[in-house]
Amino acid sequence: MPQNAVPLAFRTTGLTKVYGEGEAAVHALRGVDLEIPSGEIVVLLGASGSGKSTLLNIIGGLDRASDGTAYFENDELTAMSDAELTAYRREHVGFVFQFYNLMPSLTAYENVELVTEIADDPMAPEDALALVGLKERVDHFPAQLSGGEQQRVAIARAIAKNPRVLFCDEPTGALDSTTGRTVLEVLKEVNEKLGATVLIVTHAANTAAMADRVIHFADGAIREVTKNTHKLTPDQIEW
Amino acid sequence: MSPLNKKLGRDLWRMKGQALAISAVIATGVLLLVMMSGIVTSLDQTRLAYYERNRLANVFAPVVRAPLHMLRNLAEVPGVSAVEGRVNGSALVDIKGLDLPIRAQALSVPDAGPPRLNLPDLTAGRWLARNRADEILLLNSFARAHGLEPGDTLSATMNGARRTFHIVGLVHSPEFLYTVAPGELVSDDSRFGALWMNETALAAAYDMKGAFNEALLTLSRSANETAVLNAVDRILEPYGSRGAYLVKDHTSNRFVMEEIYSMRSTSQTVPPLFMAVAAFLLYIVISRMVQAEREQIGLLKAFGYTSFEVALHYFKLILIISAGGAAMGCVLGTMAGRGMVDIYLEYYKFPLLVFRVEPASFLIGVLSSVLAASAGGFIVLRGVFTLTPAVAMRPPAPADYSRSGRIGASLSRLLDQPSRMVLRRLTRQPGRMLGSTLGIAAGMALAVAMISLFSSFEKTLDLTFNVLDRSDVTVTFTDPLSDTVIYELQRLPHVIEVEPTRSVSATLRNGVESYRGGVNGLVTQPRLNRAVDKNEDALTMPSDGIVLSKSLAGEIRAAVGDTIQVDVHEGRRPILSVPVVGITESLLGAPAYMELSALNEAMREPGRVSGAYLRIDAAEAGFVYRALKDMPSVAGVSLKEDARQAFIRVMNTGAGSMRFIMAAIAGVITFGIVYNAARIAQAERGRDLASLRVIGFTKGEASFVLLGELAVVTLMALPLGAVLGYFLTYGVAAGFSTDIYQIPVVFAPKSYGGAALAVLVAAAFSGWLVKRDVDRADIITALKTRE
Repeated sequence: MPQNAVPLAFRTTGLTKVYGEGEAAVHALRGVDLEIPSGEIVVLLGASGSGKSTLLNIIGGLDRASDGTAYFENDELTAMSDAELTAYRREHVGFVFQFYNLMPSLTAYENVELVTEIADDPMAPEDALALVGLKERVDHFPAQLSGGEQQRVAIARAIAKNPRVLFCDEPTGALDSTTGRTVLEVLKEVNEKLGATVLIVTHAANTAAMADRVIHFADGAIREVTKNTHKLTPDQIEW
Repeated sequence: MSPLNKKLGRDLWRMKGQALAISAVIATGVLLLVMMSGIVTSLDQTRLAYYERNRLANVFAPVVRAPLHMLRNLAEVPGVSAVEGRVNGSALVDIKGLDLPIRAQALSVPDAGPPRLNLPDLTAGRWLARNRADEILLLNSFARAHGLEPGDTLSATMNGARRTFHIVGLVHSPEFLYTVAPGELVSDDSRFGALWMNETALAAAYDMKGAFNEALLTLSRSANETAVLNAVDRILEPYGSRGAYLVKDHTSNRFVMEEIYSMRSTSQTVPPLFMAVAAFLLYIVISRMVQAEREQIGLLKAFGYTSFEVALHYFKLILIISAGGAAMGCVLGTMAGRGMVDIYLEYYKFPLLVFRVEPASFLIGVLSSVLAASAGGFIVLRGVFTLTPAVAMRPPAPADYSRSGRIGASLSRLLDQPSRMVLRRLTRQPGRMLGSTLGIAAGMALAVAMISLFSSFEKTLDLTFNVLDRSDVTVTFTDPLSDTVIYELQRLPHVIEVEPTRSVSATLRNGVESYRGGVNGLVTQPRLNRAVDKNEDALTMPSDGIVLSKSLAGEIRAAVGDTIQVDVHEGRRPILSVPVVGITESLLGAPAYMELSALNEAMREPGRVSGAYLRIDAAEAGFVYRALKDMPSVAGVSLKEDARQAFIRVMNTGAGSMRFIMAAIAGVITFGIVYNAARIAQAERGRDLASLRVIGFTKGEASFVLLGELAVVTLMALPLGAVLGYFLTYGVAAGFSTDIYQIPVVFAPKSYGGAALAVLVAAAFSGWLVKRDVDRADIITALKTRE
């Protein structure tokens, strides 16, 4: 389906990732061709080991491809040096992880500050925290926050730099349904308010209901791409 | 403050125990460096300034009796800038209430006022009045030791005549910075004195009218020292030259220089050892930290922090720990140095000694600790650069224990599950375990070396005062006498045994090496003052050669079979060629021995003795002392017990007291290393332990896995530490030894036992601290922490 009306956030051709060598080689990605339009919520769905996280790592600038090309807008990620990849992450990308990955020795506010400190045009940490509904808990340490709250801090941290893309690796994987819904709610809001492209990697099929587009992964390759004509809101999702 | 710096602050706070332990190790290294180099600087600069201000002679030229007009000839020697002649005689001072006469040196000063050279400083009272023959100036330290003040009187026997003097002033003198009686090695303020008198009066007492028996010379900067010495000897030859010598061979200066030299060499060897240990500890701790914070590092990189920024973050940690430790060391070193200076002033009589550290020492201390720490850290920080953010975001794969499986299987019938966990961990990560083992072994080695030092001092004491010298009293005569004086001594009531001796001052030469000392003539089978071989068996004095102490043999690089040259500075001043026929053990000084009659024969002065060793009835010692005091030919009487006590005092309160500081420091380091090893093991196993607790292991069982590991590592470290300690002891003993006293390497079982005990106590205490934390740890939180 041609996407001429909307500019592309990501485009990959023949993207391949092989871990190890010879007989022990593991093909995590087997030539992935993909186009992701800007401003959408995209869910990468697949079983564990299907290659979805690997794809996210490569287009997130965390890892390198073995072969093929990947573009962010008009920049070729696969041709970038380490320093360029660092700058790419620094300027354009927000990350949310399954296990939150907060710095245990920094408060919620300081965890967000960690990112705003090095970003070009960040929002104020308190605004980012307000956006995820944690205005009241800015001075708490991760150990004093619940799992859902920690994940919301992680989202605040990811969005505080006003990123063009937000990568979420199993963002609700460690959460119960109520908290999980709240987190998805926040992601949806970020997508709408900031216009950021949101990529969610998950093996939970229900999350797909809120996406504009769902990419099904299996064995390191895309099996199917479906477009949701009928998006659900997170509170409508069956958990 | 940036959030990364806040993280830094909180990380530091969390690991404060370990950080403090490492800082303490660095601090002790810097403390020693600053203190020792400060003492070296202070002693050396004060010494030189004092010598210059009081115009200490560069050359001392003792002579039997030379007419005053010969001073002009001496002044004409090229390179000589000033000359002064004086009378230098030995006196016996009589202190009220003491049976024993005390040896003193009587020196003349010009009647007109203070001398130009070797100027004494008045500390109390006034200078000698012109034309007064009964006034003296007394050495300050000697006066203080006996409670004498200006205005008091003092009886002294000079050249056989007993006279009473008025003390008018007390003085410090640059030639008596360290006061030690001739032939002795340990300073004792109360047992050796010096007094100054007007020249006319002293010349009269020693029959030196119109003559001098010691010339003092200062040299110009360009002077050729050897040429001057030769010229002076030639000029004084007809008058009985006793051999001119440079100030470096002057007793007092030699002792000060030896102290400085010894302190300098210790300051160059010991602190680097501490730095190396600190670097090693930091390496272990930071590498562990980077390992534990892989995720956080990956995260920072994912956010767009550069490798450099992340590495800098961890480097700051290293910097704070090392610079903090160094700063602490600078402060403590300055304080310790100030304290030590007071101790030094007890032994080295500077009018004023201000502890001064060269700014360079601080700089070297701080820089070397930061560099050493960085060296440890850099290896780890390289890892920060190579971590790709994606790899860092994944937890490390579980360590592969499959290789160790067979060991476990073969032992499974013998060991329970926790024991197998301990064993597998040890075999699976041999590098890491070896690191901990080496660290603890290094601590043990330090402890062994330091405790050995204590045994060494005891050994020195025992060898010197029980094995070599078995006399009670040593009598020295004013001049070499006929050996009939021995019968006189033997006839004294309560004298049990008398052994004659003859000592002559001489320079011993072997090729280009030379040593200004003396030769002791001993009887063929000495019983009271002996020379022993390395098995401590008494040597029979051979009649055909010379026996050198090990230290002297080393000094002039002579071995048995070599023929050395002995330039005698007494009597007919013969130059002898004698074969070295034996080497003897001696820990104090650098003596040389010949058979008494062979020495006399070589001197062409048969039947002469210069002193005697006496064994006396202790109950009647007072009687013997009084009898000796009444013998005009007696120049000095020294008691072995006094010398022994003085030696003990020096070793416990003087320079020897350094060994207490070093022992304490070895303790700190040993504990620091063991504690760190325990903490690291805890951090690495925290999750496993929590898992064990969840499965249903008791606290004790869970701790066993951790403490068992620590125990095995500690036990492995003990033998290794003993071996390392064995070698380290040699290094430390060499560092502590000087020209004047040697520290023997002694292998007492108690050194090893003590060191092992110190390590075990440190391990037990560290284990207890860690176990307390493990017991307190919330299992759930521990499990939540993702590794």
